[in-house]
Amino acid sequence: MSNVGKRKIRVLIAKVGLDGHDRGAKIVAHNLRNAGMEVIYTGIRQTVNQAINAAIQEDVDVLGLSFLSGDHMVLVPKVMQGLKEKGRQDVKVLVGGIILKRHIPELIKMGVQKVFLPGTPPNEIVRYIQQNTGRS
Amino acid sequence: MNKIIDSLGQWENTTLKKVLDKSPEREDVFKTESGIPVKRLYTPLDLEDIDYESELGFPGEYPYTRGVYPTMYRGRYWTMRNYAGFGTAEDTNKRYRYLLEQGMVGLSMAFDLPTQLGYDSDDPLSEGAVGRVGVAVDSLADMETIFDGIPLDKVSTSMTINAPATVLLAMYIAVGEKQGVPQKKLMGTTQNDILKEFIARGTYIFPPEPSIKLVLDIVEHCAQHIPRWNTLNIAGYHFREAGANAIQELAFTLADAITYIEKAQERGLEVDYFAPRLSYSLGCYMDLFEEVAKYRAARRLFARIMKDRFQAKDPRSYLFRIFTGSCGSTLVTQQPISNIVRVTMHALMGILGGDQAIHTACWDEGYALPSEDSARIALRTQQILAHECGLCNTIDPLAGSYYVETLTNEIEKRASDYLKKIDDMGGMLRAIENGFVFREIQKSSVKFQERVDSGERVIVGLNKFVMPEEKDVEEQDIFEVHEEVEDLQKEKLLRVKAERIESDIKQTLSRLELAIDRDENLMPYIVEAVKCYATIGEICGVMRQKWGEFRAPAYI
Repeated sequence: MSNVGKRKIRVLIAKVGLDGHDRGAKIVAHNLRNAGMEVIYTGIRQTVNQAINAAIQEDVDVLGLSFLSGDHMVLVPKVMQGLKEKGRQDVKVLVGGIILKRHIPELIKMGVQKVFLPGTPPNEIVRYIQQNTGRS
Repeated sequence: MNKIIDSLGQWENTTLKKVLDKSPEREDVFKTESGIPVKRLYTPLDLEDIDYESELGFPGEYPYTRGVYPTMYRGRYWTMRNYAGFGTAEDTNKRYRYLLEQGMVGLSMAFDLPTQLGYDSDDPLSEGAVGRVGVAVDSLADMETIFDGIPLDKVSTSMTINAPATVLLAMYIAVGEKQGVPQKKLMGTTQNDILKEFIARGTYIFPPEPSIKLVLDIVEHCAQHIPRWNTLNIAGYHFREAGANAIQELAFTLADAITYIEKAQERGLEVDYFAPRLSYSLGCYMDLFEEVAKYRAARRLFARIMKDRFQAKDPRSYLFRIFTGSCGSTLVTQQPISNIVRVTMHALMGILGGDQAIHTACWDEGYALPSEDSARIALRTQQILAHECGLCNTIDPLAGSYYVETLTNEIEKRASDYLKKIDDMGGMLRAIENGFVFREIQKSSVKFQERVDSGERVIVGLNKFVMPEEKDVEEQDIFEVHEEVEDLQKEKLLRVKAERIESDIKQTLSRLELAIDRDENLMPYIVEAVKCYATIGEICGVMRQKWGEFRAPAYI
């Protein structure tokens, strides 16, 4: 029972932009919650500011952004910039969804921790978060 | 039948038993994709209770199990209608002309997300999304360019547009007029199915009540003025993409249909006045027999609902005319060329299911919008099946299959059970509000993912027959919408605004506002506004102001 009193990993899953396809986001949220994390899902069609504010208010360790409609190269930089302005670069940003492999190095350069492509087993995402937040 | 019972028993105890004793089967229980148990063998015993006349009948006759038309593909092939549209109006016009030259029969318009949500391209919320998943349409000027050189009296156009469907239909009417084609000659479809947007896909704008009012404005306007328009395409496809199984897909589609028909009746429309122009859309997943059975069950169950529940008299009201298409979620990004085989199966399901229009997805859709080459292959897939494979010589060729008929019955029964449950809750609007529909879909979605994760549900290239990443795919051929789209579109919008007469805009928009207050049919007012080049953002802006915006709850 060494986990007693220890804070659970807190994750915000967000759909930023106008796209409404959230099957993947919900599956990931479901799996993270089953793994014992505190998971908040924003619902679809969040603005960049809404997502950042929610992440800060909820004091999350991880912000997971799900994209399907090709707008990630425009929206991710805004999220990273917003977190920086609020001095919250400690929030780990993960990106998942329909992302071309050639975009990955650019996203990482922007400060994204990791990009998960379609077909990634949800448990791989669970493990990644557990190993990289220093909690379980 | 007794003879068959005896000989079946004998087979089981001798021939079969000998083999089972030595080598067991691959699984203890076999199931369809949606979880219906599948027996080892189906025989005439399974069809014993089926009354041919009342359950199957003849094509073009009640209950339409075998098809909605008397000659089906012997008369004409299904409409090959592949979803397309991207970038600027010019880009899309070029792609449409290409597809029509290649033998595509009907257009299927994909709009970008700002258009689908009633925002202009220069709206801050549109940033990054202009021209991305479909073509950007701000004003009539864009629609004029899209259909430049495409005569609207020759081509039928299906528009995947929902919340602002009135605006896009109004623009289509206006383009027709400019081409000299009166609205009564227009052919096509507005998806116009807002209920499924609340459940899946998410391109709703207004709260449910005014949203349904807009749906019915189109239904009513077209019944009066555009006799060949499919006013409302009630879609299950999107439930499927969100994770629903085949039975839920069918049940929720029918529950939506029932809701629209009831709402139209409340508005004073007779069922036979509008129901003949309703059409339906169901997806194609990967279990061929289950999908074929689903289409057959859909026709029968719907005809029964129209007859018994709504007392429709016009036989055209009974027709469950189906537009089907590849579910994108069956396609993978691993070894993506293999997707061509999956898509071929989708088309085959639609054909064996007797559907009226088919969309075949492109192999590269897991990455981005299709390239011209991949779009052509998707079209060729349908053409090969139509012309080379002998699929279209007889009607409903899987009828009488012990298995397919059993599955058809089972799907009808299970979908009816869902409908009963929804009725007991007080109808579909209630079932959406109380989260039932979301939870059901989410349950199936999770179950599917667990089966994939455990390897029980094989996806070739993803969880079996996997290749090392570097040998998997070359991304350089993947199509990307050019970067300048957003700027080009904003410039065009500025030009349009500079050239139009502002007082016309003010006047038509205030007339629209007044019509909203008086609860009139808004179609004529929107047509007037788009003709003056009022933008989609301006028109939807008036409605946003009057009705407010809706936010659906998020369930996980």
